[in-house]
Amino acid sequence: MENLVQTAMQNVNFAAIMPSLVLACFGMALLLIVVFSRRGATLHVAGLSLLALLTTAYVAFTGWNNLQTGFAGHVVLDKFSLFFTFIFLIAAALTILMSDSYLKREGYPVGEYYVLILFCTVGAMVMASGTDMMTIFVGLEVLSLSLYVLAGFFRGQLRSNEAGLKYFLLGAFSTGFLLYGMALIYGVTGTTNLVEINQVLSSGSAISANPMALVGMLLLATGFLFKIAIAPFHMWAPDVYQGAPTPITAFMSAGPKAAAFAALMRIFLVSLGSLQGTWEGALWVLAVLTMVTGNFIALNQRDIKRMLAYSSIAHAGYALVGLVAANEIGISGVLYYMLAYTFMNIGAFAVLVLAGKKGEENLTLDGFAGFGYKRPLLGVLLSICLFSLMGVPPTAGFTGKFYIFAGALDAGYVWLAILGVLNSAVSLYYYLRVMVFMYFKDPQEEFDWIQLKPGVTICVVLSVIAVLYLGILPGGVMSLAKLALF
Amino acid sequence: MITLTHYMVLSALLFTLGTIGVLTRKNAIVVFMCVELMLNAVNLTFIALSSHLGNMDGQIFVFFIMTVAAAEAAVGLALMIAFFRNRESIDVEDFSLLKW
Repeated sequence: MENLVQTAMQNVNFAAIMPSLVLACFGMALLLIVVFSRRGATLHVAGLSLLALLTTAYVAFTGWNNLQTGFAGHVVLDKFSLFFTFIFLIAAALTILMSDSYLKREGYPVGEYYVLILFCTVGAMVMASGTDMMTIFVGLEVLSLSLYVLAGFFRGQLRSNEAGLKYFLLGAFSTGFLLYGMALIYGVTGTTNLVEINQVLSSGSAISANPMALVGMLLLATGFLFKIAIAPFHMWAPDVYQGAPTPITAFMSAGPKAAAFAALMRIFLVSLGSLQGTWEGALWVLAVLTMVTGNFIALNQRDIKRMLAYSSIAHAGYALVGLVAANEIGISGVLYYMLAYTFMNIGAFAVLVLAGKKGEENLTLDGFAGFGYKRPLLGVLLSICLFSLMGVPPTAGFTGKFYIFAGALDAGYVWLAILGVLNSAVSLYYYLRVMVFMYFKDPQEEFDWIQLKPGVTICVVLSVIAVLYLGILPGGVMSLAKLALF
Repeated sequence: MITLTHYMVLSALLFTLGTIGVLTRKNAIVVFMCVELMLNAVNLTFIALSSHLGNMDGQIFVFFIMTVAAAEAAVGLALMIAFFRNRESIDVEDFSLLKW
């Protein structure tokens, strides 16, 4: 018995989960602080959660150069997971910055909101560093459960209720598929560890041609593709993105999506690498389908939040192109793109938060008529984010797409790259239409004075600076992304 | 003699039943019950495989799935109550505010 305990303790290595551990402890402490603070006072909670994220970032930063594995190979703290950890931390920090004034405006100044964002980030970090199907599943659920609540956070708003409930039902449904896939793969290989799965699958063609392995892979992929909102599993995304509180929509389309991508890449490239011939073709088709669906449906959206939701679907399609390419530049391109997308998307949503009135009825194309003249500075900042989403140089969106399509060309997927570029051209229409309304239409009603709340303003300015920096000097971050490959 | 095949067929049937239920039922709570049926079908698969392979990983996985399913039920029912308070219904067809 003593021996058993000893072996178990030797396998535990807290250094491997240090960043998520720190953030989880901060989250729980904050939950207590929220309970004991005055109702409606959330500013200090927001500040403390930013402090928590900073501390976690520092802990993660110190771990950059020493690879840690722990818990009998269930988690690993490598550069890949750390790169994604930074993406999640940035997404969470920017979201928290824009939330305080938003929550007050909409009448829900509740501290638990920030704690849920922190827990969601913890889940994402566990997902990115999990090297066992169990760890990835637990991370995914920690992330999803917090997000279900956040999407339905405005209890009195039917729109938010509906978004939360839709997300919950479809999310739980897709979890079922994911788990069944994991169960079948476990049945074929006899292990849940990603590296060991690869060893078993690549040991003989009899095992990798086993239909149970293929069905398992299919179900597993379905579960993940649902979380990333790849067509044809995207139907929930526009509704949930439109109904959820705006900062949460921004967060959802950046952080958790990157987390699902991280886990998907780890599973497909590490454990299912020997089946690459099988999944490559399927993902090729899905990438094209996703880009086309997202871009073409976005063309006739008048609600800007919903338009950005469809654009987010299309962007997941672009990122999937990098995974299909599965070479060095393609995969590091995906990492780079996730970071770039975090900044440009959250930047655009933060401008929406600033421009929106209570209830957000004015966030339509008509509501933005004349916006560029009434609020020139915000107009320019929103335009830079939109240009980046289009993929116009010198912005982050351009370099990200460039790397991803270069990866596809390198791997010989010429048509995939051509279709991707054509799709970006289609997307010009709906992004530019916002700018046409901003600069070439007369406002339909008098503009209220938009008060520049400090948190949101900092969030917008930081995002735009990062978008331009990543666009003009992509080399540094790209070399980090290349180092982060496993 | 009950073999692994029996268990696998049974769990596949349960999983399919759950899936069909999610797709056809109108009441959100019944839909959620069907999701739970799917999860339990997965649990059964894991346990059968674990016992067949003589390896504990599958059974440990089941503990995690049960824990998560319990947490999911708490969150899900809370969301349903919030929806019911505003809409006086939990019919899936009344999720109609957001569409294109």
